[in-house]
Formats: sequence, C-alpha cells, structure tokens
Amino acid sequence: MSDMMKNIATRDGFGDEIVALGKENKNILVVDCDIGKSCKSTKFIHELPDQHINVGIAEQNGAGVAAGLATCGKIPFVVTYAAFGSMRMCEMIRQEICYTNLNVKIACSHGGVTPANDGASHQAIEDMGILRTIPKMSVIMPADYNSARKLVRAAAETYGPMYLRFTRDAIPQIYDESVEFTIGKAHLVQDGKDVAIIANGDTVRLAIEAAKELAAKGVSAKVLDMHTIKPLDVEAVADCVNNIGKIITVEDHNILNGLGSAVCEVVAEMGKGKVKRIGIQDQFGESAPYERLLAKNGVTVENIVKTALEL
Amino acid sequence: MKDVSIKELKNIATDLRMKVVDMVWKAQSGHPGGSLSAAEFVTACYFKYMNVDPKNPNWADRDRFVLSKGHVCPIQYAALGTLGYFPIETLDTLRKEGSPLQGHPSMVKCPGIDISTGSLGQGLACAVGMALAGKMDKKDYMVYCAVGDGEAQEGEIWEAANTAHKYGLDNLVVFVDWNNLQIDGTCDEVMPNGDLGKKFEAFGWENIVVEDGNDMEQMCAAMDKALASKNGKPKCLYCKTVKGKGVSYMENSCAWHGIAPNDAEREQAINELKAQIIA
Repeated sequence: MSDMMKNIATRDGFGDEIVALGKENKNILVVDCDIGKSCKSTKFIHELPDQHINVGIAEQNGAGVAAGLATCGKIPFVVTYAAFGSMRMCEMIRQEICYTNLNVKIACSHGGVTPANDGASHQAIEDMGILRTIPKMSVIMPADYNSARKLVRAAAETYGPMYLRFTRDAIPQIYDESVEFTIGKAHLVQDGKDVAIIANGDTVRLAIEAAKELAAKGVSAKVLDMHTIKPLDVEAVADCVNNIGKIITVEDHNILNGLGSAVCEVVAEMGKGKVKRIGIQDQFGESAPYERLLAKNGVTVENIVKTALEL
Repeated sequence: MKDVSIKELKNIATDLRMKVVDMVWKAQSGHPGGSLSAAEFVTACYFKYMNVDPKNPNWADRDRFVLSKGHVCPIQYAALGTLGYFPIETLDTLRKEGSPLQGHPSMVKCPGIDISTGSLGQGLACAVGMALAGKMDKKDYMVYCAVGDGEAQEGEIWEAANTAHKYGLDNLVVFVDWNNLQIDGTCDEVMPNGDLGKKFEAFGWENIVVEDGNDMEQMCAAMDKALASKNGKPKCLYCKTVKGKGVSYMENSCAWHGIAPNDAEREQAINELKAQIIA
C-alpha cells in the first residue's frame, strides 16, 4: 500500500509497475537509452537483467530494435525522456512501430516542462501533439502515481503502439489503488454543472484545487482526467458540451495540438459550446523552477479559476 | 539449408532478374538498378540458406530477411512469389492500388516481409532486435539484412552496428550492397563511404569481403564462412556489386536507380537475361 499522503512522481509509478509486469511476463522488456536512472527503470535493471537492453545514447536505434523485438513476440517499453522519445525517434516510430502496428510502448519521463532546470532542450511541449498525428498511436498521460501504475498495466495488456508520458516531479496523489482506469476513457474526478475542467497529467491536481476554489465561490465545476488524448473519449467531451457548454482544458503541453486542440476538434464539429485552453503558450521554456514555468504560461489554479469565472 | 547447385542458383537469380524487369515495366515505376545488384544474395538466402516455410510465413523459428534498402523490393517480391508466399501473378500488381506489393515493403500487407522498410537507415536496427530476441529465447534462427552502400550514410546504421556488437549477435548477417551508386551520383561524389567493410570491422563485426558480389560461387562461399563462424561477432558481407547487373544498359548507371524500361528496353533486357540462362 502506498502512503496516500506522500508526494510521488508518475515516473515512479512506471518504474514500480514495469517490474511487477516483467515478473509476470518474461516477454515484457525495457529498452533503455542510457537514462534509465532518471526514468526509473533502475529497479527493472536490477531485478530483471535478462529482460533489459540498453542501446546507449541512440534513441532512433532503440525504437528500431524495439520494433524488431516486437516482431518476435516481445513487448518492449522504450524508455527515455519525452523530448527524445517523441522527436528524436519520431520517424522510426512512424515507419517501424506505427505503420507496422507493432506492440511497442514508448514510455517517457520528463514530459512537459518538468525537466525545468535543464532548460528548453529537455522540456517536451510538443510530444503528445506530434505523436497523436501518427495513425495507430495511442497517447497517454497519467495524473498521479497510482493511475500511472494502472495505465502502464493497461498499456502492457492492450495490443498496439502507445506513447506513455510521465513527469519528473513528486506530486500529490489523487487516486487510491482501488480506482480503475481504461485507455481511451476519461476518468470523472468530480461532477459539476457550471463549467467542465478537462485536464491531464500533473495539471489534474490543479484542476481539482481550482474546482474547490470555484465551489467556494458558488460555481460547480466538473473535473475530467483525460489521461488518454488519443483515442480521445469523444463521448465524455460531447457530454460536457451538451450538459454544461463551457469547457476549460488544462495541460502541461503546447496549447497547439495537445489536449486542448483535441477537445476543440470535437467541440467545433458539434457546432456549439465554448472552450478556453490553458497550457504552454506556443513558446520555448528556459531554466527555471517547474512551478514558475507553469505560472509564466498561466498554468495555475488562479488562472483556471479566473478563466472559469470569465467564461 | 537446401541442397541446390551453384548452377541452379545462378539460373534462379537470372529468372528473378527477368521478373524484376517485367514487374517494373508493368508498373512503369520502381527501382530496377539496385534490385539487380542484389540478386545474388537474395537468391542465395531464399533458395539455399534460409529456413523458411512459405505456407507459414510467421513461423516463429524461421530465419528472417530484412531489406533495409527497401526500395529494391522487386527482387524480394520476385523471390517470395517464386517460393509461393503468394500467387505468382501477384507480381503483376506491383505498386498498384490494393496490391500487397507496395512500392516499399509492408509487413502488414505482404506475406513473407519480416518488417516494413523504405525509409533508409532503419532496417538494420530492426534486424538487430530480431537477432536479440533469438538470443534471448535461445533460438537458432538467423537474421539477414541487406543494407545499401549509400544507405550506410544514415547514422542509425552505426547505432545499430554498435548494438549488434555489444550483444554478440553472431546470428546476424548483413550484406552491404557495394555498387557505389546512389541517386545523385556515385557514392564517392555524393558522400564518400570509404571502406564500409573496415568500418563494420571497427565496430566489432567480422568483415567478409566478397570481391564479386554478383558471382554466385563467391557469394555462397562467403555465406558458408559467415554461418560457420560462431565467434560472437555479427557478420558483414561486404559485397562488391554492379548496379543494374545483367542488363547491359542499366549496368553502372545512376539513371536506372528508379525508372522503368519502355517496351523496347524491356524486350532487350529480357533477351539479354534469357541469354544468361545456363543450359
């Protein structure tokens, strides 16, 4: 049992669950690209060395090797930072993993601006958008430790190419171990009738805090954890449009082509409803504390509340 | 390994060359030059050395063939069709809408294709993954991979070469199709490769030079040597070949990298190839 009061990163959820999965199924492999320590595959390396491959600082090759392994029935999780697992590996993912529809999981830590002090080179604000454009690919970002564990397990048990995005920083836990998650199905955190806040990843906790503040002001906010942006839970978005009509999206990703864009696509095609997107404002980051980088882009509880009141 | 004579293999290679010419002619599109230079190692693999079952293309213990230089797929399709992976008439549908024979090989559309390729530089890493899976599962299948000399300009080839060495993949054999031609000119003009065999050797591979990669006897001798050598090293067969081999006007011509013959050119090519059949 994890201590629900303890802050813990989603990357740790991956690191713990992949060991459990690897012990159950010897075909589950980790393909590291030299940053296993940061991405939390260290336990896997120690406990399951025969199921671990390290290709070194060679991400493109890592994607290709994983594809080859998958043709032989293996379920490789390629582990690196989100910036490299999406962009350095992009064409290999398209050609050898998605076009081939192979059972490869790209499992990346340091999504969004969490690699804060490392600066813009390591911050991944484009990754989910790029990967959701590729046919066959699923794109997933869990909101806390336990949901990360559940979604890693679901990814291992569901055939197909997937991109899983974790983050670096220890964050508060939202869900206890009994909560179940299904890839492609939004998780209702709390219901509400005046505004819907759709968030993913670390920003779900911001949405929950904003909803509390809104409640104190007499505004009832629904909070959806949209952990999967592809395949998007269109029904859940349509439900927000039909029953509430006002939606705010929150993400640690460029407002272009991430969760906000995916939600807008549904809303635009429905021809009704209003959406405001909160996220990285199409600009590169810099070396700075994580919370400061989010604040500079308006990804704050305060701004979610303000936007909700103005909508 | 199948019991087949050098003479038979030579005739099969010539037959596959004729099929390549006809496929590309019918499609009026495709890559004849590199297909013809690759005919000997493709023939040797599929008709002598590889342990495969055309009726069970996904058999887990089969030997694998990765055509990293995927644009020369007509020669592989000709081999697969001849072996019965699909009806031979399918060869007529190359590059046509709805055909399993895509312009570049697709494993989801065509039986016998072990991995999709076409974007250069990527196949070797996949072959390394297959060979690694074989080692992990203690299976004795071999993985063959064809890399173009121009293709070796892609950096991922060398990342994969490192990995193959690290994991001691002596179940992996790479053919470097050393025809010294790429789209914009000779490799020496576009981007000099130097000695690719020595480069693989420097990456910890065993380098086996095939002085004439279009000579079936030399090719089979090199294959025998590669397969006998279980020394923990992946093998590079550095094959000196002639792009367009077997069709006089295509030989050593950049222009025939990716164009189709017209009717008269096709007829001349077929006649020249027919004359190469050994009675």
